[in-house]
Amino acid sequence: MPSTKLSNRKLLMVSTILIVAIVFVFFLSLNMGTIKISPIEIIEAFTGKGSTQNFNILYNFRLPRSVIAILIGIGMAIAGAILQGVSRNSLADPGIIGINSGAGFAVILYIFFIQGSSFQAGSLSVYIMPFFALAGALVAAALIYIIAWKDGVTPVRLVLVGIGINAAFGALIIIFQLMMDPRDFTQATIWLSGSIWSASWSYVLALLPWILVLVPIAMFKFQSINLLQLGDNLAKGLGVSIERERGLLLLIAVGLSGACVSVGGGISFLGLLAPHLARMLVGPKHQRLLPVAALIGALLLLTSDIIAKSLMVGSEIPVGLVLSCLGAPYFIYLLIRE
Amino acid sequence: MSKGHSLESDKTTIFRPKAASLVLIVGIILLVISICLSIILGVADINLATVIQGIFHFDSTSTAHQIVYRLRLPRALAATFIGASLAVSGAIMQGMTRNALASPSIMGVSSGAMFTVSIAFAFIPVVSNTVIMLFAFIGAGLGAALVFLIGALSKRGLTPMKLALAGTAISALLGSISTGIALRFDVAKDISFWYAGGVAGVQWINIKLLIPVAIAGLILAFFISKSITILSLGEDVAAGLGQKVGLIKLLGTIVVLLLTGAAVAVGGTIGFVGLVVPHIVRFIVGSDYRLIIPCSAVVGALLLVLSDVVARLIHPPFETPLGAITAIIGVPFFLYLARREGRGL
Repeated sequence: MPSTKLSNRKLLMVSTILIVAIVFVFFLSLNMGTIKISPIEIIEAFTGKGSTQNFNILYNFRLPRSVIAILIGIGMAIAGAILQGVSRNSLADPGIIGINSGAGFAVILYIFFIQGSSFQAGSLSVYIMPFFALAGALVAAALIYIIAWKDGVTPVRLVLVGIGINAAFGALIIIFQLMMDPRDFTQATIWLSGSIWSASWSYVLALLPWILVLVPIAMFKFQSINLLQLGDNLAKGLGVSIERERGLLLLIAVGLSGACVSVGGGISFLGLLAPHLARMLVGPKHQRLLPVAALIGALLLLTSDIIAKSLMVGSEIPVGLVLSCLGAPYFIYLLIRE
Repeated sequence: MSKGHSLESDKTTIFRPKAASLVLIVGIILLVISICLSIILGVADINLATVIQGIFHFDSTSTAHQIVYRLRLPRALAATFIGASLAVSGAIMQGMTRNALASPSIMGVSSGAMFTVSIAFAFIPVVSNTVIMLFAFIGAGLGAALVFLIGALSKRGLTPMKLALAGTAISALLGSISTGIALRFDVAKDISFWYAGGVAGVQWINIKLLIPVAIAGLILAFFISKSITILSLGEDVAAGLGQKVGLIKLLGTIVVLLLTGAAVAVGGTIGFVGLVVPHIVRFIVGSDYRLIIPCSAVVGALLLVLSDVVARLIHPPFETPLGAITAIIGVPFFLYLARREGRGL
């Protein structure tokens, strides 16, 4: 079919541009910071010819941070695309429907009971926190699904119930946060706002398996999402066991967003924005939408991270806040237009 | 709106004055009892005789009198008026928008207040109580105005789904900016304490500002209640019955801003009172806002005074945030409505 060929060419073109942009921003993010490191120095550092100081900054701080931004961007974008497909609501996002706040609450509980030691890099917490976040995300998703269930799950109920669950976890978070000492309180606020400051290679290692396993499964399941988007009756008629596929896809989305939130905190709107922009570029078919969304997610988060780093000298703004300030107005625009 | 709602199903209003009188009488009696409880109960043990003495024969050398007069009494009064204001404000929002989910807590009000209060904390060197209240008042209005604006701009108006999403988006936007300011100027905990504060630290100065605004709003609300009933049948019906729809909407919006502004300015974010109370009241007294509004005021006041008592008794001497208590009561109710809403949409 000529139209498919055309869209495949478009897919190729869009992906190439995005990848080039990501590489560019990636180098920019290595370059920027309190100490400027030029591209030549970056190459020198990694080929062993540069100063050890530059190598240390790049290898121990900037590189893991940029890698994490890319991984979280991919994970959140795919999670958002799945949630939007499954709920048939283009305004769904892990942050808006309460999955982030479920993960956030679990982590707040963890910080509250460990008090003081949870943010020290290199401690065991690095590996334990993701599991808490994931458990919280799973509990939130299960609650949303069970409460929204009434002879099946309609998309509207899924989103409205999600907003309610979000409010509940928000209240619980405030209760525990106010019982913390000021230092933990500020750290928890930063964490909840979405931040990748404390990036290190251990975080990369904690996050990588989730992305490597779940993203390919999601990509492989593109046909199910396409069919679910046609509506339940049509999908059923075409022989899809909708509740099973929906459950499985939700599970993937929860796993991805839980893992991303555990490392990056409550980054909202990324999962909303990336699939939307992808849909505008390559259309609604998920075999094209998913990879493009993943690339856009990575690009968006890398760029937001640079803005967060350079917006105010001396004190950094959590990257999630930058994304919300970009994402919310766009969201409102979509809301008005729809 | 769901088909189960009496306003939608038959286009007539249900008017139950007897039930309403019962709600009012029983409600006021219970309210007086709970205000007394609120003054008596707490970390310091104070008996009723001391309370009465403290109010009528204030002795500044007595610690108990000081506690009653300076802490407990303003707190109970604040809870009463905030509860009444939020509930009535929610009732008017639900009537005006014909949207079962409309309420101060999801209309961007609290995030708007948080936004302006964070500016006050960050940029004004010595923030007085009055200044914070003023800023919160303006911010609450700003948040609600933004959500209303989204509704006005979108084609199909504020469906329950759209309202919830618009509220969430505005909250995310204003909340993020506030958090940014809070972190940059290191006032995060101050703001969160204010935000979740409830009525714990209320002083007489707050009460003196709250009560006149709240009473003005409540009177105006009662004054337009008949028109709200007609508006709740649909704008076309209201216009057909000769109502000045634009004027009523303007007055309704003013009432909402006065009541929620005053309530949020003194109490911070106390969610779900404005959502839950009008629904409970409507269930008992029917769909006529001449009855819904006074009954909501009394029931809202009662609910908030009791929630505040619970907030300070759960884990003494630590105070559980009042907004969290009302959320725990309100969220299941929101979820129930969300399940119902799914049907009609």
